[in-house]
Formats: sequence, C-alpha cells, structure tokens
Amino acid sequence: MSASEAGRDRDAPTPAGRRELPILTTTHQPPTCGARLVHDFTPDLIDVGAHHLCPGCGEPIAMRSMVEQVTELGQVNKAIAVFGIGCYTAYSNNLDIEVLQALHGRAPSLATGVKRCRPDTLVFTVQGDGDMVNEGLQEVLHTAARGENVTCLMLNNGVFGETGGHMTAATVLGQRTKNTLDGRDAARHGHPIRLANLIAELDGAAYVARGAVDNIVNITRTTRMIRNAFRTQLRGDGFSFVEILTMCPTGWFVDTAAAPAYLANTHAATHTLGVLKDTARAPGPHAAPEGTTAWPA
Amino acid sequence: MSASTSGATTRPAARPTVLAGSAAIGEAMIAAGCRFFAGYPMTPFTEVLEHMAARLPEVGGVCVNAESESEAIGMAWGAAATGTPAATGSTGQGLSLMQESLAEIVHARLPLVVLNMARAQGDYHQATRGGGHGDYRHLVLAPCDVREAVELTGYAFHLAEYRRSPVLVMGDYYLAHTHVSVDVRPTDFGPLPPRDWALDGSSGGTGAAKLISPLSDRKQRHAGDRADAGYDLAEFYVRRGAALERMVAETEPRAETGFLADAEVVVIAYGTPALYVRQAVSDLRALGRRVGYVRPITLVPFPSDIVRAAAADARVVAVYENSGGQMVDDVRLAVLGAAPVRFIGRLSLDPSGFGIAPDLDVGAMRHRVEALFEPAHETPSR
Repeated sequence: MSASEAGRDRDAPTPAGRRELPILTTTHQPPTCGARLVHDFTPDLIDVGAHHLCPGCGEPIAMRSMVEQVTELGQVNKAIAVFGIGCYTAYSNNLDIEVLQALHGRAPSLATGVKRCRPDTLVFTVQGDGDMVNEGLQEVLHTAARGENVTCLMLNNGVFGETGGHMTAATVLGQRTKNTLDGRDAARHGHPIRLANLIAELDGAAYVARGAVDNIVNITRTTRMIRNAFRTQLRGDGFSFVEILTMCPTGWFVDTAAAPAYLANTHAATHTLGVLKDTARAPGPHAAPEGTTAWPA
Repeated sequence: MSASTSGATTRPAARPTVLAGSAAIGEAMIAAGCRFFAGYPMTPFTEVLEHMAARLPEVGGVCVNAESESEAIGMAWGAAATGTPAATGSTGQGLSLMQESLAEIVHARLPLVVLNMARAQGDYHQATRGGGHGDYRHLVLAPCDVREAVELTGYAFHLAEYRRSPVLVMGDYYLAHTHVSVDVRPTDFGPLPPRDWALDGSSGGTGAAKLISPLSDRKQRHAGDRADAGYDLAEFYVRRGAALERMVAETEPRAETGFLADAEVVVIAYGTPALYVRQAVSDLRALGRRVGYVRPITLVPFPSDIVRAAAADARVVAVYENSGGQMVDDVRLAVLGAAPVRFIGRLSLDPSGFGIAPDLDVGAMRHRVEALFEPAHETPSR
C-alpha cells in the first residue's frame, strides 16, 4: 500500500463509487505461547455447530446475526422460526429455536397463521431468493400488504443454491448461472426483481432494509437491521423485512476468496444496500419521543 | 388467543335454529373448538367463509381472508402448528391448489379440518387418493344432509386431533345452500391426547427446541462434529407410514344401509345424490322390487366390508355418482368379482358449472335402478 493510498480520505468515493476502509500497517508480532480458548463466542442458540453448507457461503453468517438478535432482544423462549426450502433449511437442525418447516415460498402464510394464534411470540421466516421471489412472491407481498406483524428474512445470493446454482428472479444481469451460462440477458431472461424495493412500496410494511455479509461493516449493519426488524415486530408496528445479500461461490462459479468482492461488485450493484423504509424513524404515531433512547444508535 | 384443550367447547347449547348448510357447518366448527379459519371465496364454499368471518371474532377466534387457496391452507398450517384447532377449505378447483400443502401437512402430522364444498361429485379421486406428492393418506367424511354434516364436522375435528392428521369433509352445493332446522351442540367424542407437540416458542433455548417438519420431528442432538448424527430420515418415514396405516386401520368405516336382507340389486351412492337413490330404492321396495342400498359415510377408510357383505348375495351391484364414475373403482375393489358392478351415474350437465345436476330426479333414478332388473345387467359393463 502506498503512502498516498493510506492517507486518502476514507469517506471519499472510489472511482467505482464505493467507500473503502483504509488498510493499516502494523508491527504486531504473533505471541510466542500456544493458542488457547479464552471465550467461546458461539451464540447460545446454535445447538450444533457443524453444517453441510459449502465453504465461503454467506448464509451461516446471516443465521448467526439472526440468532444473536433473538438472544439479545430476550426472545429465546418466545421465538418461532418458519423456514423455507433452500440450503439454509438444514439449519433447522442446528438451532435451539422452535422451527416450523414450510414449503417453497409458503413461509409468510404459515408465519401469519402462527402469529395470529400466538401474538406473544417473535415470528420470523427464513427464506432464500429462489424460495421467496420465485415461488412465493405472492405470499410475501400479500403478507406485507396485510401488515402482518411478522418479520421475513430473505437470504439473497441470486441463485438457487441448493439445486446447484440456477437463475432466480433476483439473478442480476450478466450473472452466470447453470442455466444462464453466458450471463443473464434481459432480452432472453428478463430483468431481476428488487424485492425489498417492491415491499417498501406497500403500506403494510413498517421496516424494510437490505444488507449484506461480505465484510465486517456490512455484517454489523445487517445485524442492526435484523435487530430493528425484530423490534418493529415487538412494538406491533407491522410487517418487517430484511433482505441479506450472501455469498454463494459454488453457485456463482467464483473462487471462495473472491466471492465477497463478487457480491459487492456484481450483486450489490443491482440490489443496493440500505434502509429502504423505517416508519419508526418517520414522523408519525410510531416515532420514538424526543429525548428517549427508544431508537438504537 | 390460547388453544382450548379439548375438541368441544363450553358454549351453551343452542336452540334449534334454521340455518343454511354452510352456516350450520360453520357453527359446528365453532362448537367443535375451531378458532382459526382461512379461506378464499368460491361457490359454494363462499358462505362458509362468510359465516366464519362474521362469527369467529365473536368467540375470540381469527378468520383471515386469504389471497388464494394456497395461502389459505398455508395460514391454517401455521395455526395448526400452534395447537389451535384450525380449518380451511374450498371447492374442487381450490382444493387442487391446496393439494401441495395438504400432502406436507399430513407428512408434518398436524391436525387440520379441510372442507370441500364440491361441485357435483368429480372430486372423489382428489379427496381419497389426493393430488399431492409423496406417500400420504388422510381420512375423508361424506355427509348426505345438513344434520349429518353438523355431526361429522365435529367428528372431523376430533379425528384430526386424535390422529394428528388432516381430515377432509366432502360437502356440495345442495348441502351448503339447503336451509334446515338444526341444533348445533358439541358432541363429546372422547378424550384427546395432549398437544405437547404444539409450538409456542417456549422450548427455545432449552436444548430441546421443537421442530415441526414434513422431513423430521426431532432435531439432531448432541451430535458432536457430525452434522447428520441423530437425523435419520428413513426411520422417520417408516414411523410416519406406520402412523398413517394405523390411522386408516383403526378408524371405524361408517355406512348407512337399507333393505339389504334379500336384495338382488344393491345400489351404492354417497353424499347428497344418495338421498335420491335412497328414495328411489324405497319407492321400488314398496312396489315389491328386491333392491337395497349402501351409503358410504367414510370414504377413507372405505366401508369395504359392508359393501362386500351387501354384494355377497346380490345379482348386480350398481354405483350412482354425479360424475364420470370414480367411487366405482373402490366398489369394484370391495366386491372383488362377487357380482357384476354397474355404473349408473352421470356427469352433472348443469351449464352453470356449480354441479346443480338435472340428473338428480327421484323418478328418473327409479327408472335407472329398475332397469338393473333386466337380464342384460348381469354381465360386467367394463
């Protein structure tokens, strides 16, 4: 790294339009003693750590953020997860959270039934983009429009990962998949659906955000988005939705180490990150009163 | 809303009231403890939905107007998983959309009552064989009139919970729209097993959080580094298959029979059309014809033994259905060649599409049954 790069204004946009964090040089040497475990940071609600997901997959990171927030918000004995069908489905066995397994796309409807009968629980769905945008688009849109007091989390890697990397409705233009080997072409395969943007348009949706797990900053932001979505539900404000861009190096045909950059350059260029809607921040009946700390920093 | 602990509620006994069949079925569901209903309008199911939308909130329940049939059964699936007595339904075509979820709900072993307010009788195969995937079965009840529909609706909630399986109730246009005086009171069908499988979130963080899945009913535990330890799909399939087999074997097949003692012609029909068959057979008996009838009340399990016994001394067994002929397959399997089985039914030719069959006419039915006494009917028709 040259001196001019290190001294560059970190908030100035790069030529590609993204903000980059500086890389700091260090003279720190590794310790001379052997490594020892000082603390196990595995979240309490992860019962079994081993899983079948591929190296480089972003879904375990997103699942971890979700699990941590269930604990941090004190919902351990009140949480019911509704899982869709995808790679993440295998996680129903890993978590020490009650799980109701749904069919492809149907999770928001099941979550509606659960929440209407158990209003005192934290009900959230975990679905992929194939599950939610392809098979279950109607379900999630109507659940949002009804303002059901549930949270839907979508793990968006732009492919049907479990089937081996086929095009979904969220696959971005130019992206290579098993059935778009020359890249998704709008003329032949249509355009990607930006689901969070669609949902944000619906009056029943109270909180809509899109995060990613390609680097620590985005992981931290995404964790906060999940927290805000859960808090939206706990306040009874209505439907909350967090779309999380995750890496799928296997389905993308890219090297594991290159997957986070591929996500940032290819995927996030279409599915742009940020909070799309937050009725708690907007002036209105749900706004936190001035001078209170109801809204987290 | 908390789920009640038995199939019957403490709702005070209602005085006999004149109700449409759809409203009576709705009241029967509420009396049986139903507290969640979801549906999508479709004639003749529509009035059941209307009734539940109006009545369920009054008893502390929830009725959701779903965006489609696939969402309706999805919502009912979620409600059932919380241990809340739940129901949904539609009309034939809507049930087609629900088949995918219905198969999974059987696999997930959840109680649910599903109504098919069918048009004519073309949904017999859909109801008894199913249109869903996988190796599944569920019980099917077929009332012939509103009073029986009220009783069987209560029974369906009991069976669903007792067997942890969906139970389908076959109604039709006539049943939904006939107004009769009925007394809808909960019937005590006996004790039910505890709902210890239901989800309420409380088992989270205990090391034994519950899982309700068509693929497993237990999570892997203490698996060390092996992600698949303790998770045996084949073992789950075998257990689930055995439970379904037990359910069908242990549920009593029900049928109404009449004039079978010396019958040389036996006519078999179910649902509303069976009432016309019953009247035609009764009329012919008065004229000295040796004719009897069997009306299956449970379509799954099919009352095969009753049909077989009725056919033992018969010269001809005939099946009347307002369809192209579907139950005739089950009758042939029950009779096993002991007598020729004739199909004397007909498709509903009603141009409205609602299955209001001009075919249902006692006089015409009498002629059709009487024709069975001619020698030509002694050989099998197909």
